[in-house]
Amino acid sequence: MMRIKHIPGALLLAPLAMVLATMVPLQAQDDAMAPAVVAEEATTAVTDLATGDTVVVTTDVVAVAAEEEEAPTPTEAFWAEKSAEHAMFTVNNLWICIAAALVFLMHLGFASVESGLTQAKNTTNILFKNVFIVCMGMLTYAAYGFNAMYPGDAWSIGGLFALGSPIANGFTEPEAIVASLTSEYNAGYTYWGDFIFQAMFAATAATIISGAVAERIKLGSFMIAATIIVAFAYPITGSWQWGGGWLSEMGFVDFAGSSLVHAFGGYAALAAVLVLGPRMGKYFDGKIKPILGHSMPLATIGVFLLFLGWFGFNGGSVLSAEPVAVSLVFVTTALAGAAGGLAAAFTSWIVLKKPDLSMALNGMLAGLVGITAGADSIAPWPAVLVGAIAGVLVVVSVLVLDRLKIDDPVGAISVHGICGNWGTIAVGLFGSGVLVTQVIGTFAISVFAFIFALVTFLVVKGIFGLRVSPEEELEGLDIGEHGQEAYPDFVANK
Amino acid sequence: MKKIEAIIKPFKLEEVKDALADLGIEGMTVSEVKGFGRQKGHTEIYRGSEYTVDFLPKIKIEVVLAEDVVEKATDAIVKAAKTGKIGDGKVFISTVEEAIRIRTDETGEKAV
Repeated sequence: MMRIKHIPGALLLAPLAMVLATMVPLQAQDDAMAPAVVAEEATTAVTDLATGDTVVVTTDVVAVAAEEEEAPTPTEAFWAEKSAEHAMFTVNNLWICIAAALVFLMHLGFASVESGLTQAKNTTNILFKNVFIVCMGMLTYAAYGFNAMYPGDAWSIGGLFALGSPIANGFTEPEAIVASLTSEYNAGYTYWGDFIFQAMFAATAATIISGAVAERIKLGSFMIAATIIVAFAYPITGSWQWGGGWLSEMGFVDFAGSSLVHAFGGYAALAAVLVLGPRMGKYFDGKIKPILGHSMPLATIGVFLLFLGWFGFNGGSVLSAEPVAVSLVFVTTALAGAAGGLAAAFTSWIVLKKPDLSMALNGMLAGLVGITAGADSIAPWPAVLVGAIAGVLVVVSVLVLDRLKIDDPVGAISVHGICGNWGTIAVGLFGSGVLVTQVIGTFAISVFAFIFALVTFLVVKGIFGLRVSPEEELEGLDIGEHGQEAYPDFVANK
Repeated sequence: MKKIEAIIKPFKLEEVKDALADLGIEGMTVSEVKGFGRQKGHTEIYRGSEYTVDFLPKIKIEVVLAEDVVEKATDAIVKAAKTGKIGDGKVFISTVEEAIRIRTDETGEKAV
């Protein structure tokens, strides 16, 4: 029997602490350094005078200093005489960058949940897929997705589709610098802050698929399909709403992406699972034979990390550090997640006679997914209700999908797909959305994701094949796909 | 020389070890094992589906002893490991032909 011997709980938080620790002093250093440089120049000038050096040298220094003062960078020129606004912009942009880092942490959460809820023999494979997705997601978003999702006026088909292109490599014209890197671009963030926050979101959609297809999909085929979906499909539905496309013109509301991120990932996962089929031995003789996850501690760590990351996912989606909105979003997000966890725990207790930990963990995520669309517009107590309903829904959905022989090892379709739909509709009931518009929006996004993924996985299946061999599935994908184990016990050192 | 193999309930390990130590027995080998006898398994539930666990976790103690202490040691193990409920385990005794201490090349009873 294999056991995890080291649980790096404290290590997981270290990167976040480092981000926080380094960001704040850096800002202070920048401010403090400017006067010091001026003082040094002044001293040099005095010394020159005292030693009787030519007056020319002194004037040269003064002239250089004056010239430097006269030629501030375009952003310094923009912020001159606007120190209060500059401070506000700095805080806003800093929050967006911290939120982006928190969303990055969610990928560690996904990696942990997925490996915890699957068998030990497939752990290296799961972790490898998560490494690939987060790297691929950021790079394709930089190369294509960001501009396809936020086309501005550059639509290829108005409100429906825009062709992507690489992000800017920097700005040289003073006008462009001011227009991209100050509050002229957005009151909450620079162009860079905008990109990195959105880039972190993009990869989550593919991560959702990864869990549902775990333990049987060919690594190469998954990598190809996931890349196509993240690079091309995710920005399309994203542009419909966040890029100012047809859904946003219709008045659809999806604050942080219950539909655009979660239902998108959930329905793409459903298509993938339908093409792929269940794991061997899961449905046998008309019975459901559970395939146990190998580490409940790892699954729990993962869900807690996701909960933490969600404060950035939803809190950052305020798109500024506006105190009322950010704090309200924190409250609704946390309460919905908590209500989802308890609701799922008690639902499983009543329906299954025992409180199921993995269901309670799914319930926390379900509550979080549920509140994501309306975290800024649903009041705290309705948020509790939204989370609680999501928690009940996720348990029912997991059980129903199993009866339908749709094998989803981690419950991704239920958590992200079904509860993503519910959360979006809930904005029409308790938040700022109109019910009919919310239903149309979440339906359109889910159907598009499902069909796009269905076609992608069918094509990949036709060309490369989608499943590993039965022998490899029995032996584990760690050995089959990677030739290495996650938990090597006896190693010959030769 | 005899080898005693005792398969016991995991939470009884500490008591059995102490009982053997009280007899002056200086070493033993312990493994985590799984199996079933008359106790059979039990059902567990995972994400809404029941399954049967046939192989229950047990501890196997192996200790090789000189003939004259085998009976006392066996009695001590049985007494310490007993709860009176089904699943307490079993003790097997067999003859050992030879023992060698690797460090010193000692053989026979000197080696155990």
